[in-house]
Amino acid sequence: MPQYQEKTIVTRVEQLSCENVRITLKAPEIASCCKPGQFVMIRTSVGKDPLLRRPFSIHQADASGHIQIYFKIVGRGTEILAHVRVNEEISVFGPLGRGFTIDENLPTCIIGGGLGIAPLLFLAKEICRRKKKNCGPDLIILGGRTLDEVEPLVNDFREVGIRTLATTDDGSYGEKGFVTDVLKSVELAPNTQVYACGPEPMMAAINDFCLAEGLRCQVSVESVMACGMGACLGCNRPVGDGKYVHVCMDGPVFEAKELKWNL
Amino acid sequence: MEFVKENHSGPDLRVKIGSLHLANPVMTASGTFGYAREFENLMNLHRLGAVIVKGISLFPRPGNPPPRIVETACGMLNAIGLQNVGVERFIKEKMPYLDGLNVPVIVNILGGSIEEYREITKRLEGVPGVAGIEVNISCPNVKEGGVAFGGDPQMAAAVTTAVKESCSVPVIVKLSPNVTDIGLMARAVEDGGADSVSLINTLIGMAINLKTKRPELANIIGGLSGPAIKPVALRMVYEVARSVKIPIIGIGGIETAEDALEFMLAGATAVQVGTANFVNPRASEEVVEGISRYVQEEKLHSVREMIGALKLDPLRNH
Ligand SMILES: Cc1cc2nc3c(=O)[nH]c(=O)nc-3n(C[C@H](O)[C@H](O)[C@H](O)COP(=O)(O)OP(=O)(O)OC[C@H]3O[C@@H](n4cnc5c(N)ncnc54)[C@H](O)[C@@H]3O)c2cc1C
Ligand SMILES: Cc1cc2nc3c(=O)[nH]c(=O)nc-3n(C[C@H](O)[C@H](O)[C@H](O)COP(=O)(O)O)c2cc1C
Ligand code: FES
Repeated sequence: MPQYQEKTIVTRVEQLSCENVRITLKAPEIASCCKPGQFVMIRTSVGKDPLLRRPFSIHQADASGHIQIYFKIVGRGTEILAHVRVNEEISVFGPLGRGFTIDENLPTCIIGGGLGIAPLLFLAKEICRRKKKNCGPDLIILGGRTLDEVEPLVNDFREVGIRTLATTDDGSYGEKGFVTDVLKSVELAPNTQVYACGPEPMMAAINDFCLAEGLRCQVSVESVMACGMGACLGCNRPVGDGKYVHVCMDGPVFEAKELKWNL
Repeated sequence: MEFVKENHSGPDLRVKIGSLHLANPVMTASGTFGYAREFENLMNLHRLGAVIVKGISLFPRPGNPPPRIVETACGMLNAIGLQNVGVERFIKEKMPYLDGLNVPVIVNILGGSIEEYREITKRLEGVPGVAGIEVNISCPNVKEGGVAFGGDPQMAAAVTTAVKESCSVPVIVKLSPNVTDIGLMARAVEDGGADSVSLINTLIGMAINLKTKRPELANIIGGLSGPAIKPVALRMVYEVARSVKIPIIGIGGIETAEDALEFMLAGATAVQVGTANFVNPRASEEVVEGISRYVQEEKLHSVREMIGALKLDPLRNH
């Protein structure tokens, strides 16, 4: 698995809402080999503080050598990143981790909540490409607390050519409620592959639903990370029996049923 | 110190740790470089002076629950809890690859008792590729682990002697900074037979989340590393250099060749790069390149001229 510590150039910065930002980077090496569900570690400062790189899912990658990340400002690292300018150089390390497994013969249901939507656009595009655009039975459900978290991305998903539904907790956009409410109300074929990324309680609920319905479910999870590549052992997550997996190496994508959810 | 003149090109970066000859003074710090293979596509492993692998115990250890790490100002706290595969699996699964590297491999070990240190050492003795042993008597994360040895000169000396008696390769003892008198600890392990001391391990620290009113680490306390600890580490290397005759390996916040050379001035024969590997996987190789450039630019006969070359007389005319 090739990995690069690449000097990338910012080619576009989109402020999608007051806290959510999307950045496009010229990163030909990473773009040439990354897969949906993989992530990159980005250095937000050239100095000693903030010291560690920050992990971000690859939101999109294309044949012209660009990748995108989509993130929310939650602290110092993301605050700095939100203020980068076009033509600035940023050190990006990746692609890292194990991405989603795709079986183009299965109907799919992709579910994203909040910032968990980030890795799913790349996934949806890849599924559509592999299925040669025959995505009739497929479904995307995007949810968030408010309109800000969902609306700016919905068109990008619709353009992929997969039916896309939206929900918000407060009803400011799409259906009022949780993505799991929509999930329970739609008819899914029994061999559907579910993909989910979002807040832990959302993924836990989706895992419960999929277990009950006998559906396959892959999730992308987060953890604190120092290195992103297996060197620090800081990104562990319990799987029961006192055993751990490491999110950066064994994940970030896992079979939902293999993880422990009542954390 | 016999350094035979070789007709290789480039500046002379060779140093010696006991009977161990290193092509240059730069190693990777235990626990920050995995088992080296993780870095094989990201840098040229063969440029390193030595590789030091993650701490190995007699039996596998699962480590601490999450969260195990948190970033702090110019550094990070970790409480990994010495997760490792245990000495048997290490020898079977990790050593063959490491033995294939054209670089000395130093195995970092930890134990809960003198007997355990002795057992691990005996298992490693004679294993192809093991060029040295670094004894961690200083890890702050496990109750039965280093602390008792790392803070007690007599115990530290006893562990050193037990390890030394059980192997034929050079023994480096890694000192804890969480003591009142590091010079005293260094002298004790020197008397115990250590071929070298390395310092510092992490400084015990803590981070609290005001919002949740809880510690950031599941283990409550953890070890501080990174640029934040460099001044403490430099001071300790300087003190130890005045206390012992055996070679010193400087560790703590080293990111660049400049950092490394400062440690050499303070008295270190070699250095280890730790946390910097997480930020820049090529950090250790870049430190080698930077030292090489410095030796050339300053027209030194060898990098060894830097060891302990700190000047203490006041700087005039400036
Ligand atoms: C594999 C992986 C992929 C990720 N992908 C994305 C992505 O595509 N888009 C995105 O916006 N974020 C993503 N994240 C989370 C992102 O890494 C963090 O939001 C970021 O590191 C925060 O950095 P900071 O310096 O701004 O915050 P810090 O200053 O480090 O923290 C500020 C505050 O934010 C909280 N915080 C830190 N990390 C997280 C987190 N992971 N989730 C929620 N709160 C957090 C802290 O507890 C603290 O209160 C991903 C994380 C992982 C592990
Ligand atoms: C995540 C992490 C794990 C570590 N694990 C070990 C270990 O297993 N054994 C050991 O002797 N030191 C361990 N250390 C300490 C480092 O080897 C080094 O002494 C310390 O981090 C200071 O150097 P630095 O500031 O360059 O990181 C660890 C440090 C970190 C950050
Ligand atoms: S983040 Fe360092 S091992 Fe996973």
